Amino acid sequence: MARAELTALLNPRLAVRKRIGAVAYVIFIAAILLGLAGLAALLLRVLWQGAPWLSLHFLTDYPSRFPEQAGMKSAIFGTIWIMGLTGLFTVPVGVGAAVYLEEYAPKNWFTRIIEVNISNLAGVPSIVYGLLGLAVFVQLLAMGRTVIAGALTMSLLVMPIVIIASREAIRAVPSTYREASYGLGATKFQTVKDVVLPHALPGIMTGTILAMSRAIGEAAPMIAISALVFLTFIPTDPLDEFSVMPIQIYNWVSQPRPEFRGIAAAGIIVLLVVLLSMNAVAIYIRNRTQKRSEE
Amino acid sequence: MDTTTRDGFAAPMGQRRPAMQLSRNRRRGALQGRIVHWLFFACAAMSVITTFGIVASLLSQSLGFFREIPIWDFLFGATWSPILRDAEGNRHYGVLPLVSGTLLVATIAAAVAVPAGLAIAIYLSEYAPDKVRRTIKPVLEVLAGIPTVVYGYFALTFVTPLLQSLPVPYLQENLLVFNALSAGLVMGLMIVPMVSSLSEDAMVAVPRSLRNAAYALGGTRLEVSIRIVVPAAFSGIIASFILAFSRAIGETMLVTLAAGATPRLTFNPVESIQAMTAFIVQLALGETPHGSLEYNTIFAVGLLLFFFTLGMNVLGHFLVRRFREEY
Repeated sequence: MARAELTALLNPRLAVRKRIGAVAYVIFIAAILLGLAGLAALLLRVLWQGAPWLSLHFLTDYPSRFPEQAGMKSAIFGTIWIMGLTGLFTVPVGVGAAVYLEEYAPKNWFTRIIEVNISNLAGVPSIVYGLLGLAVFVQLLAMGRTVIAGALTMSLLVMPIVIIASREAIRAVPSTYREASYGLGATKFQTVKDVVLPHALPGIMTGTILAMSRAIGEAAPMIAISALVFLTFIPTDPLDEFSVMPIQIYNWVSQPRPEFRGIAAAGIIVLLVVLLSMNAVAIYIRNRTQKRSEE
Repeated sequence: MDTTTRDGFAAPMGQRRPAMQLSRNRRRGALQGRIVHWLFFACAAMSVITTFGIVASLLSQSLGFFREIPIWDFLFGATWSPILRDAEGNRHYGVLPLVSGTLLVATIAAAVAVPAGLAIAIYLSEYAPDKVRRTIKPVLEVLAGIPTVVYGYFALTFVTPLLQSLPVPYLQENLLVFNALSAGLVMGLMIVPMVSSLSEDAMVAVPRSLRNAAYALGGTRLEVSIRIVVPAAFSGIIASFILAFSRAIGETMLVTLAAGATPRLTFNPVESIQAMTAFIVQLALGETPHGSLEYNTIFAVGLLLFFFTLGMNVLGHFLVRRFREEY
């Protein structure tokens, strides 16, 4: 009793200040709940509207004007093509750039330019990459609106993600490992190849998966390159035309017939399942390696 | 000789060894090292080439546009109808309606994401127990990973009907199917994690001692958060706002699907507008012949968009870096 009264005497506004604090706490929690509620509403809405349209034929049929027959086969195969080639282009170059910046680069103005440049590239809107691909790959190099042009565009788009993640992974390899390797007489390249990269591999993989999950959902740059939505064949080589899942979904959402909203939602479910499982794998790898390094 | 980055060897090199075999190996190793060095350099240089490619392709195609349309008319004209002709048969290339549409949606998004993101960041950095923090953060980050076409679907098929059904007569009467308001609100949801995680990083970096000093003076948790931590992390927080705003400006599918395709110089959120990015998609979808004025128009708009976001990103990164050096 005495203590509470003493505090009140010394600081008459304390009770009010504490009450303001409590109100603010409620506001903070409300902000978090708002974010979580938004996420929940989005996922539930998609599930509720899309689930009735999900079926096996949805995965194995081509797009159609008739909602009952519409499927996303060509979009799924287009996405697989784009993802595969994007990985093929992005990973070697992205990891190579990360190795250069962490292990080889001298500290000079040009290195500084490369670093600033990479962080700025990560902020360039994806549609601008689409315009780059349209001007350079489709027109200038005369690739046309093909899988290869799409994949090259996508590689440039996600390259900064791979570089930034790989650099962090390489930086986390203890320098004692490198010194031990040099001490055994290994060359710099042998050290990078046999010591640094194997230890940085989980981080590099995590970054690559995250880059791929960004790429799989990108519609804007692919629209600039592909511009095809109703494709009734699957690409068989890199010089074929293509569509991808997000473009297909975009097309369905913008159809006037209400049934297509449901089909769009079904497409979104497929896309989100793939995307969230990729993220889960990335988080799993990250957690496993974190645990190992803590031991 | 010391470790060097120029040749293949990093280990200190001793005196010349007598064995021929070893020296031949070493020479081969040195050559290999140099080749590898240049290969890695070429990878890193790709990023500079990419930037150069972006600027060059945007500029070269825009040049064709600006040869026909004076740059002044483009930047300050208040009517945008590059495809449809008006009653006198003229087309108009004033980009202001697209800019106002973009800014309108991005401002609504910021009005949602800035207070919400900041509140979440304060909670996560100053209030949340470690366990809560480690569960909430990844869940919120899912929001940042959802493709924007999904947000477009959500805004168009859920948020707009929801807003129309609210007991607000003004919205019931005036809210169009395509409108800046629902696109902006959903975009706000989308960029919340960006604001919250960047701001939180800035706040976590504020030294413990500053907080302890404030607590010792009798501050409540809220007072310490708002009057000590937030001001100390201020440039990082502002940077998170700027980077999120720049993200909102460059966002494409959400505004294409939900905000409409009617370029209009307005700041009324219930109206249908067209954003810069949405215009690019609209024209890219149509069959625009290469080299035509329409084709060049999308590059002119793209160039403007690129400069907008580049300026904000440079400013944002500058603030982040400056703030990092403070402690």
